[in-house]
Amino acid sequence: MNDTALSLDGVRKTFLSGRREITALDGVGVRVKSGSVTGLIGPDGAGKTTLMRLAAGLLAADAGHIEVLGMDVAREPLAVQSAIGYMPQRFGLYEDLSVQENLNLYADLQGVPRSMRPERYAELMKMTGLAPFGKRLAGQLSGGMKQKLGLACTLVRPPRLLLLDEPTVGVDPVSRRELWSIVYSQVEQAGMTVLLSTAYLDEAERCTEVILLHEGRLLGQETPAAFSAPLAGRTFELHVEGMPARRLQALLMRAPGVLDALVAGDRVRIVTEKAIVPDPAQLLPAHPEVQIDPVPPNFEDAFVARLRDHDGAHGQPPAVSVKVRGATGEEVIRVHNLERRFGDFRAVKGISFTVKRGEIFGLLGANGAGKTTTFRMLCGLLPASGGDLAVAGHDLRRAAARARGSVGYMAQRFSLYANLTVMQNLRFFSSAYGLRNRHQRERLAWALENFELGDYRDVNAGLLPLGYKQRLAFAAALMHQPEILFLDEPTSGVDPLARREFWARTNALAEAGVTALVTTHFMEEANYCDRLVIMAEGEVLAEGHPYDIRRQARTPDNPEPTMEDAFIALVQGREQAA
Amino acid sequence: MTPVQLSDGARSRMRLRGMIRKESLQILRDPSSIGIAFVLPVVLLFLFGYGVSLDARDIPLGIVVEQPDAATAGLIGAFERSEYFAPRRFASIQAAQRALDERHIDGIVWMRNDFSRHLLSGGEAPIGVRVNGVDANQARITEGYIQGAWLAWLGRYAAGQGHPLQMPVTLEHRVWFNAPLISRYFLVPGLVAIIMTLIGSMLTAMVIAREWDRGTMETMMVTPLRIREVMAGKLIPYFVLGMAGMLFTVVLAVYQFDVPLRGSLWALLASSALFMLVALAVGLLISIVSKNQFVAGQIAIVVTFLPAFILSGFIFDIHSMPWPIQVLTHVVPARYFVAILQSLFLAGDVWPVFWANMGAMAILLLIFMALVRRKAHKRLE
Repeated sequence: MNDTALSLDGVRKTFLSGRREITALDGVGVRVKSGSVTGLIGPDGAGKTTLMRLAAGLLAADAGHIEVLGMDVAREPLAVQSAIGYMPQRFGLYEDLSVQENLNLYADLQGVPRSMRPERYAELMKMTGLAPFGKRLAGQLSGGMKQKLGLACTLVRPPRLLLLDEPTVGVDPVSRRELWSIVYSQVEQAGMTVLLSTAYLDEAERCTEVILLHEGRLLGQETPAAFSAPLAGRTFELHVEGMPARRLQALLMRAPGVLDALVAGDRVRIVTEKAIVPDPAQLLPAHPEVQIDPVPPNFEDAFVARLRDHDGAHGQPPAVSVKVRGATGEEVIRVHNLERRFGDFRAVKGISFTVKRGEIFGLLGANGAGKTTTFRMLCGLLPASGGDLAVAGHDLRRAAARARGSVGYMAQRFSLYANLTVMQNLRFFSSAYGLRNRHQRERLAWALENFELGDYRDVNAGLLPLGYKQRLAFAAALMHQPEILFLDEPTSGVDPLARREFWARTNALAEAGVTALVTTHFMEEANYCDRLVIMAEGEVLAEGHPYDIRRQARTPDNPEPTMEDAFIALVQGREQAA
Repeated sequence: MTPVQLSDGARSRMRLRGMIRKESLQILRDPSSIGIAFVLPVVLLFLFGYGVSLDARDIPLGIVVEQPDAATAGLIGAFERSEYFAPRRFASIQAAQRALDERHIDGIVWMRNDFSRHLLSGGEAPIGVRVNGVDANQARITEGYIQGAWLAWLGRYAAGQGHPLQMPVTLEHRVWFNAPLISRYFLVPGLVAIIMTLIGSMLTAMVIAREWDRGTMETMMVTPLRIREVMAGKLIPYFVLGMAGMLFTVVLAVYQFDVPLRGSLWALLASSALFMLVALAVGLLISIVSKNQFVAGQIAIVVTFLPAFILSGFIFDIHSMPWPIQVLTHVVPARYFVAILQSLFLAGDVWPVFWANMGAMAILLLIFMALVRRKAHKRLE
């Protein structure tokens, strides 16, 4: 038996986008060991999905050689497809078929003999917890359950190599943990090999080995520990009594010798350039009382450090000038018993919260929790079915254009005009908000400079890397200097560097008095918020400061729970109560 | 688990059965496919059976008589007895003209004061006729009917006077196949082709494109499923649906709309089956090329539905089209099927027509199937 399940040698793949040739993979060579769980990691656009599709025989490589389970994919695609399991990013469940009918279909397609089915079905149902939902239509399952059903369909005939393309994106933390345990049980019991791509860096540490891709090139293939080894002695957690972690992070990002600064709970985690404990006087001259504790490096530290080596220095938060009327601390968003029904389905079930001026307020939850629906009601894009809401004293659905003029909105997936250039997009959005002449020119110059878009001003928005799309969308939302910002999933799909940059800018805006309402499904991003609500299935499970929410989940076994632990505790508590 | 080995053939049959079962369940659960197969035929049949009529019947006709007498009364009587006209008297040509302008009437018959004098002097009695020519087709029909009624009356009048009217050529009408000249007799059979085009090409194209849209196709590609099994799994259920829609339409046409079916049922079934295959092949081709539901729908309307409506001879006569368009109609499969349908319903089994058109459809089927085979593969590019 060969100990390599999948190997790529000098694989190159290009696509044509219009008249431009885009290189998705450039001379990539990797080996996936049999019986391992290998993580495929890289920012959006790194080539992860292309690699998966090449291995599955769905694409043909321009150059190089791919071997799956000892077979040449280019020559025997059908034999390869019969031996592997593949779950694409948007797993194709038939939403108008029931759970059982979906399983039956894949059992038929995979040629599972009828005599073996009852046993296999029982096993899969037990593993996924879908047994009570056999007759339910797949379209009526929650996001996490859909993902588990997709996995069960892929596993109906145990494949020797399992390819999973971002199986956990947008899935709630509970389902994520369950998915991982299913994957591991398959590896251990059936001797399966798994190649899994993910955008969650904490998941990389659960892998036997990690393949790091960046812009179509291989940055390395090692164990997670080997990745973070060079950072030994370079990672610390800092704390200044009485100073919010966010402000501390903003200071540290500009401090000398600091490669990366990240809010971690009520502390700030930094990666330094050299492996010596930094001198407080040099690091933070204004706060010599800073408390510095060495911590072991994790994968994200290593990832960011590697990308920084590759990409060079990061951008500084932009200069912000906003005319904010009214005092900080005043309530600017008030939501009371807000409800939204779609037919029989209650997407938002009577939620209440308030947001004060100058706050970063988070709506945290998995896909399908009701965050975007809440957002659309607040922005006046969707009428509420019940309850009251006011943004800066107005119901935006009825408010005059002037009230809307004080609000900036960044839609999910950055609604930009893909076939207009960066400059044309900015000009359009600023005109839409009534900017003209000199004022418009000033703002355009401000956006290009502060968001470092100058080099891309004549590039069509559709061709920008995702991180730049995010910058452009953010810039477009800020053209008219709004006092209140609605940011819907601003960090979804973008790489850790772009995410850090985004939060640095949002922090700077909040410091200047802008109120920001942000939705996210990244649990750890809750730490950037002043206050937040955790949502699940249209309900608010908890509201408060991130520190307080985390503290609620404290147990003797886990004295320092993460936001994800807290989320899971809340969801489980709710299920027990039900 | 103890591995049980299945033969390749057994596994292939299992995959195909799985695809067909899945597709059938989806059809049954999707109201739009049932709607297109069974509700749309009813709507279209009622529309074309009762609403749209190319016949001229009860045409509002203005009659102006400047000097009433026995002769004019006779001619008016002839118009009144005709089922084609609903005559109204006007005192003056000006009043009639006004009514024509306001579209209260579609034509004017004007008997001048010298009408009877001409008639008595043994010649023809000229009448003035004005017809609203906005709708040229309708105008020509109206004009023809007026002329017919006038000539018929003139003949009878002359016979009554004992000296038959001398005409160089006498026209004797015999209408074949659709003797009562009811337009739904030839419209309704053509509708069968329209409905089958909708099911075969449009529904199929959109349903397969939906699989690309929702990402289900990508998942299916990475299974042992062969491309021909994907195609067959799609074709068979929609073939059944299309044939069911066809039978439903035919039953409604014959029993509800009294359209005669003079040809044999097996010829109808055979030609429908062949046409259905052609329509499905076109639907498959569209979905493979577009891979997007919206685009597939648009393409299907433009390249299948509209040509079936306009270029098939269903409503508009192909021979009166300009020649480049006539050439174009040869790649419209519905053209051949409409020809077969119209002859089967109204004339009976006319074998030369049947086989010639069947042959043409078979050639189109081969061409489209060859294109499908070339374009369909288990790759995303």
